[in-house]
Amino acid sequence: MRITHKIPRRIVTNQSCKRVAAFVFMLMCYAGAFAFETRGDGSVPIAPTARIVVAQNTSTPPQESATSTPVAVSATPARPLFNSEKTALLLWIVFIGAAVTVSVWLAKSGRPIRIRRIAALEAVDNAVGRATEMGRSILFVPGIQDMDNIQTVAGLTMLGRVAKTAAEYDATIEVPTCRSLVMEAARDTVRASYLSAGRADGFSADRITYITDDQFGYVAHVVGSMVREKPATCFYMGCFFAESLIFAETGNAIGAIQIAGTAESSQLPFFVAACDYTLIGEEFFAASAYLSGEPAQLGTLRGQDVGKFAVGVLIVLGALASTILIVTPNSAPVVWFFDILQKVLGG
Amino acid sequence: MKRIIPMWIAIIGGFAMMLSSFVPLAESAGEMFADVFNVVAAIAFVLGAGSLAKQHLEKLSRRDAGWGYSIITLGSFLITLFIGLLKIGIHPNPSFPQAAYSGSNDAEGSAWSWIYEYMITPLTSTMFALLAFFVASAAFRAFRAKNTEAILLLVTAFIVLLGRTFAGVVLTGWFPDWASGLRLENLSIYVMQVFNTAGNRAIMIGIALGVAATGLRILFGIDRSWLGGGDA
Repeated sequence: MRITHKIPRRIVTNQSCKRVAAFVFMLMCYAGAFAFETRGDGSVPIAPTARIVVAQNTSTPPQESATSTPVAVSATPARPLFNSEKTALLLWIVFIGAAVTVSVWLAKSGRPIRIRRIAALEAVDNAVGRATEMGRSILFVPGIQDMDNIQTVAGLTMLGRVAKTAAEYDATIEVPTCRSLVMEAARDTVRASYLSAGRADGFSADRITYITDDQFGYVAHVVGSMVREKPATCFYMGCFFAESLIFAETGNAIGAIQIAGTAESSQLPFFVAACDYTLIGEEFFAASAYLSGEPAQLGTLRGQDVGKFAVGVLIVLGALASTILIVTPNSAPVVWFFDILQKVLGG
Repeated sequence: MKRIIPMWIAIIGGFAMMLSSFVPLAESAGEMFADVFNVVAAIAFVLGAGSLAKQHLEKLSRRDAGWGYSIITLGSFLITLFIGLLKIGIHPNPSFPQAAYSGSNDAEGSAWSWIYEYMITPLTSTMFALLAFFVASAAFRAFRAKNTEAILLLVTAFIVLLGRTFAGVVLTGWFPDWASGLRLENLSIYVMQVFNTAGNRAIMIGIALGVAATGLRILFGIDRSWLGGGDA
């Protein structure tokens, strides 16, 4: 089935501008990277005006002075235009960016996108529905970090979707936050979700509260409130540390259905052990796009998969190359290939 | 307009931060945006404190269940704020002896430092200590041998747990040298370095790509759900 969209002209122009700006930026970085890479000697360029030629010592014998060269010393060395140590990283960003942009374009042009089913996200509607049926609240914990952490941003995008479903189902959602900026952002997100669900009157800012910046002070409040109010559904979406297991075990003890998502790999085992569903790593970042169902957003997931495929290919090639290198240590083509691979990976 | 401006702030800030990572000359732009973030966070803290006070004052006025705890919370908040702002018990900085408030709140012997050391730290430690019991209950549930995968998990957990204690050495230390690879401490290292590292790296690669894709979605304005969704 072909997906067609009627996009207002203003938005198309906006998006085109943004895309062109991003593309130009990428090209500039790309060109800069190569301009400095082609120097080859890895030297830091010094501005001509900053060069000082040190006068040679007059006592130096003439034969020695003939062989010696003037020493160029930089008084105020100019900073390079591009940090060449990060060339590989930049190229990876350009590659992933290009893959995402092409995938979005393909998705918008109507190419069908097959996304694998993520059980935790399929369960969101059921979890919210359960809270509605039981007449209990939904608890959403957006992690313990501030808005400068991408996990908190991803958590808030997920909050937007959950709040919209909660508004449609007429369920109550409680969002205790550990940072005041997160509280403000969460209030705006939930308010907008209630508005888009046509339930502006159901929104209450008092349900999104700031508790404390202190990690365990926040834990004490959330766990206490869970035990007292017994929410039917608990979402843990964001950056978590030692408190992850305390939340998840308390939720388990009160019989709540729990859905967690984090990119902190050290906390994932705790969530997996204690929660009903867990979004592991990339699934957490894919959640918002997956739930939106919009072709443009789903296209970014396809772009992500292209990046994953490229990484997979490089891992296989690297494993093969290192194996061959152990068997035949003097194989020049393999040594050359291994060297190239290390440069590509920024090693 | 309410969505367009935040979206463009995010786009410009995001690109500036990205640029500052690759272009040394633009480092100051990245630092400026980081400073702006700190200023905004500091302003938002006032809102946070206001929300906390409002929440507990309402609870007090309604005489909700547990309203007594709200008195303790508000009292602690106000006392700490008062002590911190007035720098009670803090001597002036030796470099500026004339300035009464030049000392640091962290200085030893200050009232604020006393509150931190003898009230906040023990309370934090108490909450953290609860983790031991939660680990035990989660492990009990996770390691129930109900199917093949759970049995594998259980066996692996035992190998790693025993291999990282003296019990592992006592139990399998007598293995001859040719079977030293089967000693629990060596098996534990093998499991952690091979299986655990491989799984962890797979997750980390996925996370890195997810972060990149999420960043691009926000920078290009494709994902606006953090603004409440919909068109700008």
